[in-house]
Amino acid sequence: MTKSIMIVGVGGQGTLLTSRILGGLMENAGYEVKISEVHGMAQRGGSVVTFVRYGESVAEPIVEEGQADLIIAFERLEALRYEHFLKPNGVMIINDWRIDPITVVTGQTAYPENIIEDLSTRHKVYRVCAMEEALRLGNSRVFNNIVLGLAARHMDFTREEWLKVISEKVPPKTVEINEKAFLAGYGMEG
Amino acid sequence: MMLLGNAALARGAWEAGVKVSSAYPGTPSTEVSEELVKLPDVYVEWAPNEKVATEVAIGASISGVRSMAVMKHVGFNVAADPTYTASYTGVNGGMVMIVADDPGLYSSQNEQDTRRIARAAILPVLEPSDSQEAKDYMKAAFEISERFDTPVVVRTTTRLAHSQTMVECEDRVVPEDKPYERNIAKFVMMPAMAKNRHLVVEQRMKDLAEFAETSPLNTVQYGPMELDGKKVGFITEGIPYQYVKEVCPDASILKLGMVNPLPEKLIREFASKVDTLYIFEELEPVVEEQVRAMGIRCFGKDVFTIQGEYSANMLRERVLHETGAVMPAGSAPARPPILCPGCPHRAVFSVMAKLKLHAAGDIGCYTLGAQAPLSVIDTTICMGASISSLHGMEKAKGHDYIKNWVAVIGDSTFMHTGINSLVNMVYNQSHGTVVILDNRTTGMTGHQDHAGTGRTLMGEEVPAVDFTSLCRGIGVKNVITVDSFDIAQVERVLREETARDELSVIIMRYPCALLKGQKFPYKCVALPEKCKHCGACLRPGCPALTKNEDGSIFIDETMCNGCGLCMSLCKFDAIRKEER
Repeated sequence: MTKSIMIVGVGGQGTLLTSRILGGLMENAGYEVKISEVHGMAQRGGSVVTFVRYGESVAEPIVEEGQADLIIAFERLEALRYEHFLKPNGVMIINDWRIDPITVVTGQTAYPENIIEDLSTRHKVYRVCAMEEALRLGNSRVFNNIVLGLAARHMDFTREEWLKVISEKVPPKTVEINEKAFLAGYGMEG
Repeated sequence: MMLLGNAALARGAWEAGVKVSSAYPGTPSTEVSEELVKLPDVYVEWAPNEKVATEVAIGASISGVRSMAVMKHVGFNVAADPTYTASYTGVNGGMVMIVADDPGLYSSQNEQDTRRIARAAILPVLEPSDSQEAKDYMKAAFEISERFDTPVVVRTTTRLAHSQTMVECEDRVVPEDKPYERNIAKFVMMPAMAKNRHLVVEQRMKDLAEFAETSPLNTVQYGPMELDGKKVGFITEGIPYQYVKEVCPDASILKLGMVNPLPEKLIREFASKVDTLYIFEELEPVVEEQVRAMGIRCFGKDVFTIQGEYSANMLRERVLHETGAVMPAGSAPARPPILCPGCPHRAVFSVMAKLKLHAAGDIGCYTLGAQAPLSVIDTTICMGASISSLHGMEKAKGHDYIKNWVAVIGDSTFMHTGINSLVNMVYNQSHGTVVILDNRTTGMTGHQDHAGTGRTLMGEEVPAVDFTSLCRGIGVKNVITVDSFDIAQVERVLREETARDELSVIIMRYPCALLKGQKFPYKCVALPEKCKHCGACLRPGCPALTKNEDGSIFIDETMCNGCGLCMSLCKFDAIRKEER
């Protein structure tokens, strides 16, 4: 059974590191994994999406509309943008954080209100204020692992497997704070 | 282990014993060189452009070692001149060109198909479909190169290049260097020699086509899948093969690993055993046209698209006719890429917008200045075109016409193909203003060094090309360097030089905000009580700035880089810098 995960966010939010942690996790567990990423110009503050697929045997490296078991969104609007990729009964983990696209800053469009409430009427949605928690931990950049911690509650890997792969994939000097961040998310009710 | 497609290509080249690799960065090909340089005993460099990179690989090959050149699809155009003739000379040590296409235009100015150029240059092409094949095909490519005396193209796409899949690595085996022997009939392409070589090249393609018939690079699986009582078959290659495997695993599939030349007998045999034949290839109908020319009925671009990336859902809809499987996309406001917070280009562009200057643009992050709210870039064609197209405008319309125009080009792009264009401006007496946005790196592709930075890909400190001396040396009298964030100075210099009836080069210099150590030690903080809601600070379009409900300014401290551009634009002291 192949499982499909998407990580969506804004270029610069660190989706690539998160996908590497997920890839390592599944590789350690002996699955075949395929990850597809966005590099280059699309990363410059644009909408970015990373696909992770794993199972006994995986063919295509991307997740398609209506096929995602889990969507991890680092920003609210991006959760809305990729909603149609979610399977019926799929799960969405949303970082309650807003980054205005330039079209909103210039007043061409408005940032949609009540995105999380709206998505919750159609899907299983779990909300996390990871940025505030990360600032409390002392480094805004570790917010991804807080989100990932909550997502881990909806996946079939042990706490030990997660901590192992985090220590393998994050820069050595930041292992401790990233583990703390992960556990903060992991301990949240969701 | 898990390897990015590009890392697998590098690994394959390394295992095959490659000794010299030259490249110019270009998404989605860049990481090939960045991964290769991490491996031992191989010389890897950034060349100023793909023509140079290809010629470096040719030279290394002639000297008897395995070599390669790496580029994106549009770089293949720049490399076309040496490529077409290297096809005639053939090789000594094996030579491979990795060329990355970009279906769906994730980071490119066009959607051209490398197979078209390779066919025009009469070169064989291999196309892997995952990282394992990327590694294995590199080794096959070097073997084919030496066996058939030809450069070999390995075509990739963005999806392959930037997907990570499992790879089993092997040891590096370096073949013995081939002895060099002077052979002007092979390596001096004057007409008399080239005439003979052309015959050799045509025969070589026939031999390669014969090789393709039985090569394990091309594989056939026959399956039971039928639709409406008819056996379904696909001829496919590269990443689209994975979509066929995903959606129609029981179909008959002819998977082409060698996509030029094609195995005609194998294709005829395969086609004869299926009732409905689909050609499933991204971009141009290169295989389809050849299959149709064999007189074989098939479906191709009449069912699938020429434009854009393929997907499994495309097969579900257009082959299986599954409908309603997918809910429609929501209506989220678009989020196009933008210049980063703290980007020095934004400071310069904010002044150009104020002065209502038009810009002939070029290829780099600064292309993003075409969009609102900056809206200063009017044209983007290809690497180097900013300078030469501004010259063309002046020659068409006269000096006065370009008084409110400048050419805008980045430092790496200037090194790539901007210099020739500037020589032309000097020689043919232009009066225009060229702005070099010198952020000390190749920004858009992820911060690669170039000849102007003083550091090589292999980490050596070297003398940097000095842009001022270079411009003066070729005859530009007015060369001025300005700090990009000193916007008063930027404005004064832009006014003076565009008014001047002489050619000028303005070097706007400030390191890219994403370079290591470039974050300023402070952050900008808005003071709502002083804010008059005038919006001056918002005009440059910094993503860290938004409005509060009451119209005053809010600065997101997690995004702010501390560059202070917004502060220097505020007339009411409503923004101040605080230490981080």
